[in-house]
Amino acid sequence: MDALDLTALLAVGFCAGMLGGLVGVGGGVLFVPGMVIFLHYSQLDAQSTSLVAIVLVGLVGAWRQGRYGNLRVRDGLIVGALSPLGVLVGAVVANAVSERALELSFATVQLFFAWRLARRALRSPRTAPSGAANG
Amino acid sequence: MASRLPKLVAIATLGGAFSGLFGVGGGTIIVPLLILWFGYGEREATGTSLLAIIVIAALAAATQGAFGNVHLGTGLLIGIPAMAGVVAGTALQQRIPERAVSGIFAVLLVASAAVLIL
Repeated sequence: MDALDLTALLAVGFCAGMLGGLVGVGGGVLFVPGMVIFLHYSQLDAQSTSLVAIVLVGLVGAWRQGRYGNLRVRDGLIVGALSPLGVLVGAVVANAVSERALELSFATVQLFFAWRLARRALRSPRTAPSGAANG
Repeated sequence: MASRLPKLVAIATLGGAFSGLFGVGGGTIIVPLLILWFGYGEREATGTSLLAIIVIAALAAATQGAFGNVHLGTGLLIGIPAMAGVVAGTALQQRIPERAVSGIFAVLLVASAAVLIL
């Protein structure tokens, strides 16, 4: 790894964390391509390694949002603790359905959520939420 | 709680399934469902998603680590600047209108879907 790759990797890390803090994702969407492009990692190694960074993003993000009063601890822990159930379901489904069908169905779900969230963003709330004062 | 638990189980199952299948994607499922299905505000949804992600990613990291696929040093190298990024991102989020977070999330979802389709 030369100095340029190192700088790029640090920048990707910062941007992924920023995105994660802003919208509540782990940042894998940037960590993974960052490691594939700048370190020439395989997809599997990049995805696996990104998990370490995602844990760090989650820890700092949940701590900060907790301090801001935006954390529902019980719901978050229930979703996290039950997620291995989903990993099992995913593994069963992956053996029954082609990878292309999985990709297209996940993309469809994401586009549906995007449409709903975009509508929500464009429609002004009927009653001003408590957080709107600084908006 | 009685009616909430099945929904939380569904969110956990979908989030876990997609993150297991695609390596990323837990948050892209959890945040929209908390907002659209549970009526969470955007800030609460993103904060709570990050808490769930700690558990999901830690379990997955332990599993992949056992298979020797995790480069710990690299994970820390990219993760430590990310910790500074999260502090900045969460601070910025408190200063923009809450609905704008939904708008940014919609753009992220379209980009992620495009990568999957192409």
